Amino acid sequence: MVGFNLTKEQLLQKQLFRDFAEMEIRPIASQMDEEEKFPQELLDKLKKYGMMGIPYDRKYGGAGSDVLTYALCIEELSKVDGSTGVTVSVHTSLCCSCINDFANEAQKEKYLRPLVNGSKVGCFGLTEPGAGTDASGQQTTARLEGDYYILNGQKVFTTNSGFADVFVVFALTDRSKGTRGISAFIVERDTPGLEVSKDIPRMGIRAASNAEVALVDVKVPKENLIGSEGMGYKIAMTALAGGRIGIGAQAVGIAQGAINEAVKYVKERKQFGRRISQFQNTQFKLAELQTKVDAARIMVWRAAVAKDNHENYAPLAAMCKYFASEVANDVTRDCVQLLGGYGYSREYPVERMHRDAKITEIYEGTTEAMKMIISGAMKVN
Amino acid sequence: MKIIVCAKQVPDTTEVRLDPKTNTLIRDGVPSIINPDDKAGIEAALQLKEKVPGSTVTVICMGPLQADVALREALAMGCDDAILITDRAFGGSDTWATSSIIASALKKMDFDLIITGRQAIDGDTAQVGPQIAEHLGIPQVTYAEKIDLEDDKLVVWRQFEDCCHIIEVAMPCLVTSLSELAEPRFMSVGGIVDAYNSKEVKIWSYEDVKDTLDEANMGLKGSPTKVSKSFTKEAKGEGMLLKDLTDDEAVAAIMTKLQEKHII
Repeated sequence: MVGFNLTKEQLLQKQLFRDFAEMEIRPIASQMDEEEKFPQELLDKLKKYGMMGIPYDRKYGGAGSDVLTYALCIEELSKVDGSTGVTVSVHTSLCCSCINDFANEAQKEKYLRPLVNGSKVGCFGLTEPGAGTDASGQQTTARLEGDYYILNGQKVFTTNSGFADVFVVFALTDRSKGTRGISAFIVERDTPGLEVSKDIPRMGIRAASNAEVALVDVKVPKENLIGSEGMGYKIAMTALAGGRIGIGAQAVGIAQGAINEAVKYVKERKQFGRRISQFQNTQFKLAELQTKVDAARIMVWRAAVAKDNHENYAPLAAMCKYFASEVANDVTRDCVQLLGGYGYSREYPVERMHRDAKITEIYEGTTEAMKMIISGAMKVN
Repeated sequence: MKIIVCAKQVPDTTEVRLDPKTNTLIRDGVPSIINPDDKAGIEAALQLKEKVPGSTVTVICMGPLQADVALREALAMGCDDAILITDRAFGGSDTWATSSIIASALKKMDFDLIITGRQAIDGDTAQVGPQIAEHLGIPQVTYAEKIDLEDDKLVVWRQFEDCCHIIEVAMPCLVTSLSELAEPRFMSVGGIVDAYNSKEVKIWSYEDVKDTLDEANMGLKGSPTKVSKSFTKEAKGEGMLLKDLTDDEAVAAIMTKLQEKHII
């Protein structure tokens, strides 16, 4: 990005993501939501066209692109379907980044390569029934016995866990050390003792896989420890900081998708003898919504470019996630209103977008947690 | 197997707006795409490449510098090389001049197969492909809806309104592709990265082709076509097929129809 303009390369990438979303996702998005199922064929296509390893190095089989391009991908996918957006986002910026940023060469060769070259899918197990915003309250344990760590515990709301091949799991190796006693492990799906529940029924992003993961005496080779013992909390917080760029982009995408639907609708719908697009209320409302979305998008891009430039992007990512997720909720609510009764009906996609928007204020750090990060960076207290 | 695909960048619209004074297209504000028939040709070429190890696909395009993005797209789909033929001196070329210029470039290249789209959605002439084959003196098969490779020959299914001709053709040859020939693949993210970072779009100007191009056959001066009128083509009504009639019944049915339409 130069100034506020995308490069020719990024524009062509955007065209790919838009065409892919329109042709491959739009025809099935509503059905995916109704059936609460992420189709394997769609997952295979995302892998095939390189969308599961966008910002990762060619050396490991990634696409060799950048974080901004990854954000463009999440936005374009989410314009049509928020579930697809989060599926790619969690895989890319939570699971893969832990391994890319903190794992050793052997681990990258064994696990990062298949994750970013489109062979395997990853998930990220941090949240537990008693450890949400307070991720330090981990209860899952990892005990070293010979050449293996034995993991026991329970993870919840684990996105992608229904079909993921590789799990990055956080567990306490030393309870007495608090957050410095948390460690990160790479766990393969077929490891005995790892059980994934059915997907948890949810309000939105219903096609995304999101389940509980139970760990009962799961034997993990000790070479699957990422970094060293006690580094887990830092690894998780770093991954989440980057993940927020993805969620910001998802929120922008959902909001823009809803505006696009509303603009199409108001040009067709007639009331009081006129197209409703001719009423100033409609025009002003859409102007307000588009302005908010553009502001949110610029914030997402700023955080993405800062990460690409290896600058301190974490507070910028928190800001863009906080702002974009609120914008997505405001915008989708107002778009349902613009479509009136039809907006509320499941015949049109804006009600799905409204439901999908809510989670962006919650996962990968709530709005309140974002404000803690932002005020912390401002050194307010 | 060396395959060359000729592709054109066209405005992405079926509602063509014309400048009423000059009878030329108004391109401002209209996004540009690879002509759909040509894009199907690129896909067909890539599929042939996948069948015959060691094959290469080169895509060439004549147009302004902005056509670079169409060639990058072709590279991102998997084409090996891209050449943009561009020069101010080529401006205003009609189909004759365009085919002369493109053929002059092709004369400098090795090929077994040239694929062009049937026709471009902005001009709908369907002339450039066949003219290129004539300039090069190679066989041509137009309106291809399917291509098969059999030993060193191509078998081409040529679409007609009510039938299909299956034609065997020796290479080197030229085939014009219908959009039905192949469903174009998406670019890939890595393919786009390569298209802008490790591959290049070569620029050929008049200087690069002047020894194979007659100056009298290029640009506005080398264009014999005079456009008298431009119009948007109208959809043709569906035909009527009457089957299993005796001769007398057929005559009666035709007479009735002609009378209904007040033709007789």
